[in-house]
Amino acid sequence: MDVLREALVWLNDPLNWTGRDGVVDLVRTHLLVTLLAVLLGAAIALPLGLWLGHRGRGATVGVVVSNTTRALPTLALLTILASSGFFGSTATVLACAVFAVPPILANTVTGLGGVDPAVREAAVGTGLSSAQRLWQVEVPLAVPLVAAGVRTAVVQVIATVPLAALVGGQSLGTIVVEGFGVQRYGQVVAGGVLVAGLCLLVEGLLALAQTALTPRGLRERAAAGRTRRRVLRPAG
Amino acid sequence: MDAPTALVPVLAAAGAPPANPWLSWTYVERNREDILGALSQHTSLTVQAVLVATLVALPLAALAHLRPRLAGPLLGASGVLFTVPSLALFAVLAPYTGIGRTTVLIGLVAYALLVLLRNALVGLRGVDPAVTDAARGMGYGRLRMLAAVELPSALPSVVTGLRQATVTTVALVTVGVVVGYGGLGQLMFRGFRSNYHAEVLTATLLCLVLALVLDLALVLVGRALTPWSRAGQASARPARRGA
Repeated sequence: MDVLREALVWLNDPLNWTGRDGVVDLVRTHLLVTLLAVLLGAAIALPLGLWLGHRGRGATVGVVVSNTTRALPTLALLTILASSGFFGSTATVLACAVFAVPPILANTVTGLGGVDPAVREAAVGTGLSSAQRLWQVEVPLAVPLVAAGVRTAVVQVIATVPLAALVGGQSLGTIVVEGFGVQRYGQVVAGGVLVAGLCLLVEGLLALAQTALTPRGLRERAAAGRTRRRVLRPAG
Repeated sequence: MDAPTALVPVLAAAGAPPANPWLSWTYVERNREDILGALSQHTSLTVQAVLVATLVALPLAALAHLRPRLAGPLLGASGVLFTVPSLALFAVLAPYTGIGRTTVLIGLVAYALLVLLRNALVGLRGVDPAVTDAARGMGYGRLRMLAAVELPSALPSVVTGLRQATVTTVALVTVGVVVGYGGLGQLMFRGFRSNYHAEVLTATLLCLVLALVLDLALVLVGRALTPWSRAGQASARPARRGA
């Protein structure tokens, strides 16, 4: 219980919150790195997913990609990038972007592939071109699943970013890693609680946003997307 | 670690400086003991974690299946825990469970547990109602039906869960570095610290190979356990997990 008291003392010290490398600063870096990584991942995964899903042959690709990245340890990718000359946050953003791709890719492909064949046929029968079918029929119907995929990616990345502290990337994880380094376990616990808190908070906010933004008729689909995403990877 | 003075790059990656190749057989030969030690630590942690998780998850899944009211809270709690990053989990556990194997093991078991529980429940729920109806008609009680009908029918889904949990665990072990017990992760981290590329990449490749080997082994175990599913694979697997 002594450690718990130390953790509370650490959390109560305003000096730990403000200034350079304070909690506020680290949270800002953490969120910025997350944002960049997800944007980069989405920039790769969305076009690819749209292309594969529209052609209706992406299902296996999605599975293969997510299985491979499940086996690749985050730490391995981080150390490889960090040792090949990408320092600090660059290595973090690149590594996390790699792990943001599978959920977005898989959900985009599934979303497009899951469009009712009858709807697709109706679109063909109406005389829509391939591009029109994609943008006017398939994409709008797939939006809930794609959004769920992006949400998964955000949660995963935000949980993976702390690991970068091991290879010199700044984030809330820095508090934990530093604490282990100097064997101050109060600080370690405090950092762990902050990291977990940030992840749960963001996850909760995104869940609320998703429910609020999904039209009632489509909520069932979004729920299906949620159960899917859980099998991908544990966070970080 | 001794400085790599006469490294002969067998397959130096393009563009890497010759003095510090990513792939080096000399490194593997000189540090065989070290690498095998890390590999066996990694393997034993993975196997132990998955075994413990299975022993806990299957009864829990059966319980949640018998008492559906428990399923919601169990899965909800598992979802929350899944969101907590492993680094944070290890950080909070370490002061209480010590620096070393126990802490890593608890974390690994927790994550594997969730994957297994979810898959087992999906499998149990996906049993064809016609089959359970038939069993009930033959006078099977609730427990006997669970043991003799539902659990065997759920085996494909359980094996899928086992495979996912195992592969995930192999990757997660590396995070154990923070408490000094990360198997191959130790090599990666040390290689990063001393800027020794071969050490980092060898450990990475071994991680991938280990995941692949264990995954294949489980596929074979799954086939041996469910000889009937080869005949009608499509019907034995719950449709939701098909993709």
